[in-house]
Amino acid sequence: MEPLGFFEIALRIIYQLSPVWISMVILFALSIGFKRRLGLYGKLFDSPIGMIGFALVMFWVFTGIYGAMDMIVTHDPLSQVSGMKNKLPGTPVPGAGEGEYPYYLLGGDNLARDVFSRLVKGAWEVIKIAPMAAVFAFMVGITLGLPAGYYGGKLDTFLSFAANLILAFPVILLFYLLVTPEIVATGVPNYMAIVLFIFPIIFVGVLLNSRYYTRPKLRNWLLPVVLGTIIWFYLQLVSNGGYLINTPEYAIWGLPRAMDMFDIPGGILVVFVSVVFVNSPTVFRIVRGLTLDIKTRDYVAAAQTRGEGPWYIMLWEILPNARGPLIVDFCLRIGYTTILLGTLGFFGLGLPPESPDWGSTINDGRKLLSIYLHPALPPAFALLTLVLGLNLLADGLREESLKD
Amino acid sequence: MTKMADYNGPILEIDKLSISFFTRLREIPAVMDFSVAVQPGEAVGLVGESGCGKSTVALGVMQDLGKNGRIVGGTIKFKGRDLSEMSAEELRGIRGNEIAMIYQEPMASLNPAMRIGKQLMEVPVIHEGVSEKEAYQRALEVVTDVRLPDPERILNSFPHQLSGGQQQRIVIAMALMSKPSLLILDEPTTALDVTVEAAVVELVKDLGKKYGTSMLFISHNLGLVLETCDRICVMYSGEAVERGSIHDVFDEMQHPYTQALFRSIPLPGADKNARPLVAIPGNFPLPHERPPGCNFGPRCDYFEEGRCDADRVIPMAPVHGNDRHETRCLRFEEIDWNAPLTLADQKEKMPPGKVILKMENLKKYYEVAANALFGGGEKKVVKANETLSFEARESETLAIVGESGCGKSTFAKVLMGLETATEGQILLDNRNIEQIPIEERDTKTISDVQMVFQNPFDTLNPSMTVGRQIMRALEIFGVGGSEAERRRRMLELLDLVKLPRAFADRMPRQLSGGQKQRVGIARAFAGGARIVVADEPVSALDVSVQAAVTDLLMEIQRKEKTTLLFISHDLSIVRYLSDRVMVMYLGHVVELGTTDQVFAPPYHPYTEALLSAVPIADTSVVKEHIVLEGDIPSAMNPPPGCPFQTRCRWKSEVPGGLCEREVPPVRQLGGGHQVKCHLSDEVLERMKPVIKVAAE
Amino acid sequence: MGLFILRRSGVMLLTALCLTFIVFFLTNLYPNLEKLAKTQGNFRMSDEAVASWLDANGYGGSMVSKYGQWLGVLPGWTRETEKGVTGRCITGTASAEQAAEAPTFCGILQGDWGYSTRFKDEVSDIISERLGNTGLLMFWVLMLMVPSALLIGVLAGMREGTATDRTLSTASILTTATPEYVSGVIFIAVFTSSTVGLKWFKGTATSAMDNPNFENFFLPVLTIALYGMGYIARMTRASMTEVMTAQYIRTARLKGVSFHNIVLKHALRNALIAPFTVIMLQFPWLLNGVVIVETLFNYKGFGWVLVEAAGNNDIELLLAVSVVSVVVVLVTQLISDIGYVYLNPRIRIS
Repeated sequence: MEPLGFFEIALRIIYQLSPVWISMVILFALSIGFKRRLGLYGKLFDSPIGMIGFALVMFWVFTGIYGAMDMIVTHDPLSQVSGMKNKLPGTPVPGAGEGEYPYYLLGGDNLARDVFSRLVKGAWEVIKIAPMAAVFAFMVGITLGLPAGYYGGKLDTFLSFAANLILAFPVILLFYLLVTPEIVATGVPNYMAIVLFIFPIIFVGVLLNSRYYTRPKLRNWLLPVVLGTIIWFYLQLVSNGGYLINTPEYAIWGLPRAMDMFDIPGGILVVFVSVVFVNSPTVFRIVRGLTLDIKTRDYVAAAQTRGEGPWYIMLWEILPNARGPLIVDFCLRIGYTTILLGTLGFFGLGLPPESPDWGSTINDGRKLLSIYLHPALPPAFALLTLVLGLNLLADGLREESLKD
Repeated sequence: MTKMADYNGPILEIDKLSISFFTRLREIPAVMDFSVAVQPGEAVGLVGESGCGKSTVALGVMQDLGKNGRIVGGTIKFKGRDLSEMSAEELRGIRGNEIAMIYQEPMASLNPAMRIGKQLMEVPVIHEGVSEKEAYQRALEVVTDVRLPDPERILNSFPHQLSGGQQQRIVIAMALMSKPSLLILDEPTTALDVTVEAAVVELVKDLGKKYGTSMLFISHNLGLVLETCDRICVMYSGEAVERGSIHDVFDEMQHPYTQALFRSIPLPGADKNARPLVAIPGNFPLPHERPPGCNFGPRCDYFEEGRCDADRVIPMAPVHGNDRHETRCLRFEEIDWNAPLTLADQKEKMPPGKVILKMENLKKYYEVAANALFGGGEKKVVKANETLSFEARESETLAIVGESGCGKSTFAKVLMGLETATEGQILLDNRNIEQIPIEERDTKTISDVQMVFQNPFDTLNPSMTVGRQIMRALEIFGVGGSEAERRRRMLELLDLVKLPRAFADRMPRQLSGGQKQRVGIARAFAGGARIVVADEPVSALDVSVQAAVTDLLMEIQRKEKTTLLFISHDLSIVRYLSDRVMVMYLGHVVELGTTDQVFAPPYHPYTEALLSAVPIADTSVVKEHIVLEGDIPSAMNPPPGCPFQTRCRWKSEVPGGLCEREVPPVRQLGGGHQVKCHLSDEVLERMKPVIKVAAE
Repeated sequence: MGLFILRRSGVMLLTALCLTFIVFFLTNLYPNLEKLAKTQGNFRMSDEAVASWLDANGYGGSMVSKYGQWLGVLPGWTRETEKGVTGRCITGTASAEQAAEAPTFCGILQGDWGYSTRFKDEVSDIISERLGNTGLLMFWVLMLMVPSALLIGVLAGMREGTATDRTLSTASILTTATPEYVSGVIFIAVFTSSTVGLKWFKGTATSAMDNPNFENFFLPVLTIALYGMGYIARMTRASMTEVMTAQYIRTARLKGVSFHNIVLKHALRNALIAPFTVIMLQFPWLLNGVVIVETLFNYKGFGWVLVEAAGNNDIELLLAVSVVSVVVVLVTQLISDIGYVYLNPRIRIS
């Protein structure tokens, strides 16, 4: 067979991505149709910048999700096909059998794997970690930033010092120290996970209790149900194969295996924990700053003079009114986390060497860059467009939220 | 650049001016068919409520409307030349040179990173090309002219080193640097304290005369305009509704809006029981929702269907017999302007009940670091409240009057339990509460003492519906056993503050300032409050809304027998609604007595100055002119002896420099009237009333 | 002011202590030591052999005492073997007499940074040499990044919403979305590869260590500068647009000041206060860039040392690297605070 030409490659890729296009068309049609009823999200569709950003982000989100469902990929991202090493885009696969895709659309890498499929699978690596990591970083940052800003004094001094401590740490050094198999073996990431993941429980518990303690009947069933569910998830998250910590020297029992529906491999956990850890202090500083500003408002004074508890004031009077800047920062933070994950991959930290994530692929591809461009450039552009999309989205949101 | 040639006609002539702002959705007309003329040496006042377009007119004159604003009709002529036809270069030559402008926020108007001297010298350097040295001399002169002490030090300092009053004087000096022919003042004193405002207003008047400058004075305060201007133009919703000389408009008003405005402000003689204020019904129309025909129609007492709301532009009509007096009313000739005000239902004066709240020798001191940024260093003690003693009875309104730094907010915080007292006691129903912080107070105590806040735009949580916020207060105060019950009670509270029940599901941003303030009042009364601290509850509202909110407070008070502690700096409204008045200065109570006692001599010298400083929009009032020197001292660094001695005009009457050494004792003058002053009885006897209403 | 600097220095010292202890703790965890023993000895060591190797080389003992020794506040360890005395402060094996003359304390307080197990050399020598290389890189990065970022920010923020603003803002967003390992790869692909054929620059900066010139040094500098540039430019733009809508700018305009002078005399100084702090706080990020770019362009500087030290668990070298980077970060924070105070008369004169 002849290698494909440029247009044919483009057409085939576009065809391969058709589930993504369909999803995006439906999403945009619905969103634009109902934009006046969708609050800030709807207003996003008034801003061209925001819309472009949202489209880029959703493109990669859908690609990641469908890729994980094996809908878009053409080949197994890990299997090597002999004769395809460093082959240019559009090269036909020799001896492709029935039901196998006959071309490497974006060529083969130095281990003769399909670049296109790895690219699509790589999107999932980002989509599954980055947003969740940002969520956890926000939970930690909010739960600590609110009291630091609200109470001030010694608590603030201590927490701010701790935050500055982490911020003064060069991220790359921290990663090199934390994200190694040796550290995973010591159980340090597990301890960190146990501490960091407990914040959502505190957050939700305090959030509900401060609001509903005046209505004991509702509170008395709501709180156990919600907290029970979250604690169950928490235990599943932090316990692995029946243990919380499992090192050669000692072990701490965790949730029994029967109740544990999913396990997170140590390598992923350490990446996740490290990323949350380096992001939290920044969120903390933002939340603290916003709290310092909003706590001088009269409605906070009004809540104080009617005898509201401090946590009600922080979570229900201050936090909802800080949401604008926080949503914007959330988008930026996902972008930053994506870059961090890429950095980890680039240095081969944490993720398995054959992992299709973009950072690792760029690192693999750069070694032969002076001769072969195609293995390194697609993941580079993928990462670029996703982060760009997130930044544009944040910009659009900022612009629209300021218009109120 | 030199000045334009001498010109004999009006300095400024605005003819049928229309200005619109363009947004993505629509064109919003801000000013429509607006005409005014300013003759040489004349001061013209532009009066109206917020959003009426008065500031837009000023920016139109400066040709500085931003990228969304555009002049869509009419002309603005300055010394006979159309400003909109000038090139950017020509405009620059006029700005600051021939037309100068002074704004509301002096601090924001000065560049924080540039020394005062440099900012002043810039003007003559740009426009007259004079040398640095000459410009410096000029700056020195003008700073002396605006009566600032130690001009050389001032020129060498940064804006933040000056007080608000001094900053505003610098802004005025900057405007006068090039001896402009026209000075535009946009609410120049709104951000200042009353006594400082009085001094600045006098300065502006004097300098206007000295430099022969014409003035366009923009204000929402009719009293201020009466004191400064020769002519007045009243604006409503983007249009001029009445125009004429001060005396014609004040005494022979020919437009229903002007009349309604005057009836809604507390002039001497108004009284909450015998002669209550008349609020203007309804709300100010939004710029894109103006009614057809007369903009004021829907709120007007004289509205005639089919005529006032016919969809056509109503022209200005001259009032015969008066000099250049015009009104935009179709019916002005039919209305009997002298008909006596049909008095709104007069109310019985409520007899004060038993004592509910008693303060004895309350003291509140703060310790603050002397240097906030670099921390450490010695600590300073700020005496925010010094020996406060008074009683408040059921159904009584006690006004607490004072300017910034007088300690009224601290006092409120201590009473509410947000701070605990340093010394002394607060007795609520004979129980001591001064040392109980709010977290330890029982629900009853908390719901008994509630507060209404100053800033309507800040008083409600922007992300919770109005109903939810009131229901939350009910929940906290333990009112009602179920959601349904609380909802019912919440709707009743909305009725109480005269808001439609549909507002329960609205977000605060959908409400106007007055409506938000009503919700704030409803929230305060949710737990059946017996003492309500109202911290300047109407000062941020427009004049026409103020009356309605004030009346609402009075009405609820009457119904609930509430004790109202009314914090204010506005003596007019205090005289209107309070039973007793407490005057504070730098943490001290300087005078306390019934309203009649405080508003009549003998006064404390500070009260006297305060009374003289408050502008009154009544031509028949004759005031004695007292202008205080300098600014209010900082509470961080109070003067020794009597707190008021640095500005007191009676100080020389006390022998031996006593005022500088000792804090005066509290003197009883009989009938519960007390002052904190060293002045002897005979000197106090000699005091004359500050405000006299001329015989009609 | 003096007091302020003193307090900040105290906080700095405390931060440095905490951070080095964290690094010390992490590098001295047993699995890391085990790996070190195996790389230094041989990979088939038994558990006992590992333990005795560690003990013989001073890696035994409690974490705190080891940290104290490293700092130089506790006496360095010594051990007598049949061959003589070994110890922290003794090079190689020495006789008892020599050992007695050796100093008791030898930590960083005494200027002894230790010995690198990876490079078999004194840590201080390695650090000073490599830091010099990186210093040069950073100098050019700052020379390129700061002026262009400020210029872009000011130009964009000067007239909000114009085409210039839109273009420059979008460009800034684009550069902040391009981490060094993406932009570096693209630059190498476009400007150095034989496939594209432009071949304007060299794909490695190895030769720049001895002889830096435009051809071998521009790409690494540009790669680091670009990522930080967008961020600073956006901050500057935000600050500039805010200042341009301030009341005092209107005052200046209505005073008749020309637009040119409004920007230069009135707006610029106020607008630069916020970005100044941002530039200084960029340093921890720049270090990231340095590590990536030095790896990417094969430039053996400080970042390369970090990678090598961390990859081989070279404890003393890694500690030295973290001390240096933490000090750099903290000093820039201090400069940022002082600079903020200096630029802002509102705080300076109060």
